[in-house]
Amino acid sequence: MTDMTLLQSSSEDASTGEDFSASVMSIEIGPAHPAMHGIVRFTTHLDGELIVGMDPEIGYLHRGFEKESENSKWIQVIPYTDRLNYVSPLLNNIGYSMAVEKLYGIQAPPRAEFTRVIMGEISRITDHLTCLGAVAMEIGAFTFFLWFIKAREYLWELVEEMTGARLTTNWTRFGGNHSDLPDGFLGDLADRLAKLKEIMTECDKLLTRNKIFIDRVKDVGAISKEDALSFGFTGPLLRACGIPYDVRRADSYSVYDELDFEIPVGSTGDCFDRFLVRMEEIRQSISIIEQAADKMPEGPFMTDERMMHFPDKKDVYGNIEGLIDHFKLVMEGHQPPAGEIYMPVEGGNGEMGFYLVSDGSGDPVRVRMRPPCFNFVAAMPAMTVGHYVADIVPIFGSVNMIGGELDR
Amino acid sequence: MSEEISTKETGTPPETGELTTLLKQEFPDDVTDFHAHRDDETVVIKRDALEAVCRFLRDDTRCSFEIMMDLTAVDRLEMNETPRFEMVYHFKSLTHARRLRLKVRLTEDDCKIASIHHLWKAVDWYERECFDMFGIVFEGHPDLRRILMYDEFEGHPLRKDYPIDKQQPLMELKEVEERHVYGRHS
Repeated sequence: MTDMTLLQSSSEDASTGEDFSASVMSIEIGPAHPAMHGIVRFTTHLDGELIVGMDPEIGYLHRGFEKESENSKWIQVIPYTDRLNYVSPLLNNIGYSMAVEKLYGIQAPPRAEFTRVIMGEISRITDHLTCLGAVAMEIGAFTFFLWFIKAREYLWELVEEMTGARLTTNWTRFGGNHSDLPDGFLGDLADRLAKLKEIMTECDKLLTRNKIFIDRVKDVGAISKEDALSFGFTGPLLRACGIPYDVRRADSYSVYDELDFEIPVGSTGDCFDRFLVRMEEIRQSISIIEQAADKMPEGPFMTDERMMHFPDKKDVYGNIEGLIDHFKLVMEGHQPPAGEIYMPVEGGNGEMGFYLVSDGSGDPVRVRMRPPCFNFVAAMPAMTVGHYVADIVPIFGSVNMIGGELDR
Repeated sequence: MSEEISTKETGTPPETGELTTLLKQEFPDDVTDFHAHRDDETVVIKRDALEAVCRFLRDDTRCSFEIMMDLTAVDRLEMNETPRFEMVYHFKSLTHARRLRLKVRLTEDDCKIASIHHLWKAVDWYERECFDMFGIVFEGHPDLRRILMYDEFEGHPLRKDYPIDKQQPLMELKEVEERHVYGRHS
């Protein structure tokens, strides 16, 4: 924490009018700070090194996702969702597509769902690897970071093989996926998972029982079950508090009910528990991927309902129905029946919910995405007050704030 | 709106969910509308009842909604619905593994609603975002500032009458001299 700028030192905080004692000073951390995972500003009030108050300020990465989406066609929103949680873009693609499918009342064929599970869990692993690697690096474990980023690279190569892009995937469609499994994909997948498992074992030995690491994260940033629920926590942070809530189980969407996996929980909800929960979730995700690859059914990867996907080129040029479908999809777009739905899926950070309202015309009325890390950043004051300045780094790291998702 | 449509689609009257029945029984005068489109249980209530209903949903053991999942609004200007705004609250109960959507309709010239920040801590920031994006005033909120936009920003971007291409530069834009390209006019 050498890079902080001392902006003001006053006995009274101008924004709230609270009177702090004369020894309290206010320090701005961010918006651009090496230990901030995105652009966010914390106005911290310090008594010596002890944090007595904090006011997070967000919105630096606000791009108007909802406004842009509401001025697009339904299908045009998919590329925008890549840019929400940009560490696990496939989970956003899947969440949004499943939401529109719920609006239509249709389901993707089993092969598409199993492929989605594989790709979604790969994305969840990359999300956790990034988060854990960054936390470790910021508190000095640089090797761990490099190995995790190496592992993430193996997985992103798989994502590239499947979608053609590493981050801006734009892969799902309504009622299926853009592409089927490429040739030899399952073989590559098995190789990469084997490598990932090796790295996981080594990194586990390196950090999980490391005293220097444990001293920095144990009993830091703990939050009670009641507060976590009241703040609307979901995902790894809620599970670290000991509440086994996972949307994959609780609402059992897609084909997760056919797969066997455990939901790891912590006990105290401190940064160390969050670390352990995420490590275990990576292992569980590996197991889910292996099961899904074994059970991969044959069949189409796209629904055969009309007006859901662009017809094959041979139909567009070969028969009138194909031509009409193509024309109407291009000119009018998808027209889900009027209504409103809320579709929750388990994102990298927690419950990612899409609330969609359609009036049946082809233009979305409302596209709302519930950002899981919004609640975590809102709870930053509750998690940091009473700790020292240096603890902000592991606490904020374990929150895994993703600017694209937070500010939309 | 959706109720009519779901009726039209399926040809059957909207189903009454367990929670809908309970709320209708507890608050007979306040529930104005309900539906369960795609199995999402939805109840529309009167504005003044919001605080009481939310407190009931949180504290009553038959409901136990521990998590206030999401709070947002819908601007129905282009759908030609009145009143114009609809507040949407999503709740999740872990005890009963249930979800509920609560809606309150607000007119354009009186878009104020009671704040429920004292019931769930998550509501504080959700209401700030909703105020920022839609200009809905939450009465009793302790700190109703903008959250995603900057303080000097004028208007509320997610309202349908806010143009998508409107620019609000903080500094005046410089006049750029019109240049002739490819030398066609020189």
